[in-house]
Amino acid sequence: MPQKKLSIRIDGELISAVEGQTILQAAKANGKYIPTLCDLEGLTPVGACRLCIVEVSGTDRLFPACTTPIQDGMSVTTTSKRLTQDRRISLELLLVERNHVCAVCVSNGHCELQSMASAMGISTVRFVYNYPKLGVDLSHPRFVLDHNRCILCTRCVRVCAELEGAHVWEVTSRGIHSRIVSDLNQKWGESRGCTSCGKCVQACPTGALAEKGWAVEEMVKKNDKISALVHRREVQV
Amino acid sequence: MKKVKVATVWLDGCSGCHMSLLDMDAAIISLAQKIDLVYGPLVDTQEFPEGVDVTLVEGAVSSQDDLNKLQKIRQRTHLLISLGDCAVTGNVPAMRNSIPVNKLLQRIYVEGAQEGKIVPTDGVPALLKQARPLREFVKVDICLPGCPPPAKTIATVISDLVDGRKRETGLAVKFG
Repeated sequence: MPQKKLSIRIDGELISAVEGQTILQAAKANGKYIPTLCDLEGLTPVGACRLCIVEVSGTDRLFPACTTPIQDGMSVTTTSKRLTQDRRISLELLLVERNHVCAVCVSNGHCELQSMASAMGISTVRFVYNYPKLGVDLSHPRFVLDHNRCILCTRCVRVCAELEGAHVWEVTSRGIHSRIVSDLNQKWGESRGCTSCGKCVQACPTGALAEKGWAVEEMVKKNDKISALVHRREVQV
Repeated sequence: MKKVKVATVWLDGCSGCHMSLLDMDAAIISLAQKIDLVYGPLVDTQEFPEGVDVTLVEGAVSSQDDLNKLQKIRQRTHLLISLGDCAVTGNVPAMRNSIPVNKLLQRIYVEGAQEGKIVPTDGVPALLKQARPLREFVKVDICLPGCPPPAKTIATVISDLVDGRKRETGLAVKFG
């Protein structure tokens, strides 16, 4: 059955999209940029980071572009003073919540959180830093999990469940106490489900998941390989 | 032309930001002709002077002494710049923040020491509970993140201020 074509407007421009696409997918397909952080092509979108929020005419609510399906006749605004302000607040909250010390991070210079802050021109935050005490899991022979650098984007959770099929990662607790855990909150190195494939590490946008043995600035993620793997599959799930 | 009075201050940081300040190559010569460096690690003045136009502060606020200095600087400075990640975010000095101060000092000066196992108290300022960015204590006019901020960015900001322009937007900024 051929997919139904829909007409929507993005920033005033008339765009032809396919039914079932999200606002983000339609925007991308038409060369429109919407900032994202938790989104990774090939994984189910979850709307965790709230950077991709857009305005939809007819309502005051803001919608995450990555999880909102398009509707015929929809008119979307991707850039406005309000959106810039709200996206900035979301990012600043991510920066103050945990200990993002770029200067000593393996991913310094290759971090999506850091580069997004630069792209938004963030030179300081308006909130008080939280400086929580968080652990580092070094139990896996090849990889390390540093909760200080985690932004709870859940890319690791999704790539492990959807692509590797192991579903080792999960999020435990709620709100500010939320943590990424392996298996049933066991040490990563003791996980019986983990295949040590490293997809979670490559998908992670920050230095939260990294390969062991790298010094500051040396961990370069290859998350384009994750998307490439998805596209090589015959059956899309 | 009246020279612009500039001061630099080194709180809880590694002096890397001051190194970056000195690393602006030939720009420093033309800048030196327009500014009067009145206070800082690079000049021999003991007391922070009154009526400073621009002060660049490197480092986090880590001790009571840092805080006293910062408050005096704020009173005597027209425009205060947080120079570098420690001054802007807390950065490396703030990595001690989840450890109680007495435990921290005990670990370093007693458990970690080969000899002279005693926590120093004479002639050293008492640490605050946490190392925190300047902005959480005083009003900051411009933030220049980076570890260190690139020399070119520092040069641009100071030159702009000297020429009477305050610019914060449009600057290339990066943490780390």
